[in-house]
Amino acid sequence: MNHSLSFTRLFPVLLWLAGGAVVLFLIAPIIAIVPLSFNAEPFFTYPMPGLSLRWYEEFFSSDVWQLALKNSIIVAVCATLLSTALGTLAAIGLSRPDCPFRATLTAILISPMIVPVIVSAVGIYYAFAAVGLLNSLTGLVFAHTAIGAPFVVITVTATLASFDHNLMRAAASLGATPVEAVLRIMLPIIAPGVVSGALFAFVTSFDEVVIALFIAGSEERTLPRQMWSGVRETLSPTIAAVATLLILFSTLFLATIQWLQRRAERQKLM
Amino acid sequence: MAITLTDEVVRNAVDTATLTRRLRGLRRKGQLRALLLVAPLMLFLLTIFVLPIGMLLTRSVDNSDVARTLPSTVAALASWNLEAVPDETIYAAFAADLKASPRDDVAEVAKRLNYYETGMRSMLLKTARTIRNAEAPYKDAFIAIDEQWGTPRYWLILKQAIPELTDFYLLAALDMSRNEAGAIAGIAPENAVHVDVLLRTFAVSASVTLLCLLLGYPLAALIARSKGAVANTLLILVLLPFWTSLLVRTSAWVVLLQSRGVVNSALAWLGIINPSQPLELIYNRIGVLIAMTHILLPFMVLPIYSVMKSIPPVYLRAASSLGAPPLSAFWRIYLPMSMPGVSAGGLLVFILALGYYITPALVGGPRDQMVSYYIAYYSNQVTNWGMAAALSAILLVAVLILYAIYNRVVGIDRLRIG
Repeated sequence: MNHSLSFTRLFPVLLWLAGGAVVLFLIAPIIAIVPLSFNAEPFFTYPMPGLSLRWYEEFFSSDVWQLALKNSIIVAVCATLLSTALGTLAAIGLSRPDCPFRATLTAILISPMIVPVIVSAVGIYYAFAAVGLLNSLTGLVFAHTAIGAPFVVITVTATLASFDHNLMRAAASLGATPVEAVLRIMLPIIAPGVVSGALFAFVTSFDEVVIALFIAGSEERTLPRQMWSGVRETLSPTIAAVATLLILFSTLFLATIQWLQRRAERQKLM
Repeated sequence: MAITLTDEVVRNAVDTATLTRRLRGLRRKGQLRALLLVAPLMLFLLTIFVLPIGMLLTRSVDNSDVARTLPSTVAALASWNLEAVPDETIYAAFAADLKASPRDDVAEVAKRLNYYETGMRSMLLKTARTIRNAEAPYKDAFIAIDEQWGTPRYWLILKQAIPELTDFYLLAALDMSRNEAGAIAGIAPENAVHVDVLLRTFAVSASVTLLCLLLGYPLAALIARSKGAVANTLLILVLLPFWTSLLVRTSAWVVLLQSRGVVNSALAWLGIINPSQPLELIYNRIGVLIAMTHILLPFMVLPIYSVMKSIPPVYLRAASSLGAPPLSAFWRIYLPMSMPGVSAGGLLVFILALGYYITPALVGGPRDQMVSYYIAYYSNQVTNWGMAAALSAILLVAVLILYAIYNRVVGIDRLRIG
């Protein structure tokens, strides 16, 4: 009795120790790399001999890195627009009460998420080589649209699951055309789902490296592709600087997603 | 009275029929509208994604190169008895094919034959170069180029390579091949690499899944027990790495685990290790396990947490008020109730780990590369599409089977992200 009582009191402490250690394991590597990007010397050890912005300077003044950044932004923005448009339409179609073959259609639409990315990359490389889409930003946009669209389909379908289709009937009975009803009734209501789907698509493209490795030539290198070479060949603290900037980005994205989710929950309560 | 009733019945029947027809028409229109909305993305994915992968996978059984480049030889060899040295007609047909084919096609065939028998590539290329200027009798000409053409053995290999469909690559991906009698047999152990790679892929994925479970379960329990701002903060600390670029996290581990990296210098500073003998934490299995566990851990924590959150705490209190010691209450109540989350997270992590390429390639050594690495190797470096396709097919089948299980256990529509 006494033994189990002490265990009951000890249990939360143990749980905090274990859980805290795991959180440290998750966060520490991300935190540890940030100060190293300000290191005056090209080493990866603490304590640092001095502070300097030279690695950021290198990143912002290097043509190779700037081209990679530009390419990444162009590809991610185009792929996001395309996959959000196509994915939202498909999700609206899938959630219509009269949609036939829903399970099969959904399975095909989300297959890019399920197929291992290496298989997608080699397949796309093989097919794109035949039609001359290799070494082009267009090819990269198409490939990234394909792997980003399932995220849009899933988030928008999830949002539409709680959508009241009677609203569409009400709009129609008040004289709205179907397009008007979608634009003025449905879209504003599912907007949080569309935006978070778009964010997923953007991050997926912005972080994608395996397909870029296969189908992008040196002129179409993206940021992750350039980082891959950097880590493989000569690991310089410029990588730490890029990593820090990307961590800043992901923090911003996370904040946006959290804000969207909270907004969606508030809307549900109302 | 009876007549009017019948009339009415008839009229009603007609009305119902038109009504049914109109309803059916409306329904069909609605279905069509739904399909039209799905169509753009569907067509896009079919052309950009499904078709390319289909094309790739057919390469795993495709063997049309030989038959297309050597049509007369194929026809002539059909009547060959497999044992005697072929007669002049077969040599003549082969010579005609080699003279008529573009060099690139012959090179493809030569490469293909080399998979069966090392050395056949150069033998055939040499033959093709020389035979262009040769004249009948071709049998002597062939034997003059390489006397091995005078034995049935190489004709047997050629005949083996003729069918348009082949199980050669799929068997090779499992370290098997057909012997001269056509029976399936294992290949010599010193050439067998693929089964090792597949087993290693499963072993690494299983270890990563286990590590994620060991680390993820207590963390998920902690978040589920916490309330309000604490729970929210913990959740954000799990989501931040989840949202951080894969390459950022992998590079962070490279920086941390290097022999002159942060971990080793910290251990040396603490006096745990000798600074001149740093621990080897990277470019080996340890590095792969650490980095992959770190990257996949959120996929374990989030599903377990969402199940744990729905376990009413009163159950545990009821168990202990009925006299169950805490461990037994955990073992008999909490653990079984959290199992759906464990199986969802475990399956997801295992499936994702199977296909990993980037992280093992960057932090692993040559003995830690998984099947993805070999798919990339065969398609990028040695351009053996048949092998790349066969390994892709095996990986894809494994992943699809696991997803089917995932769908049965968890429901694919619960494949939630973020």
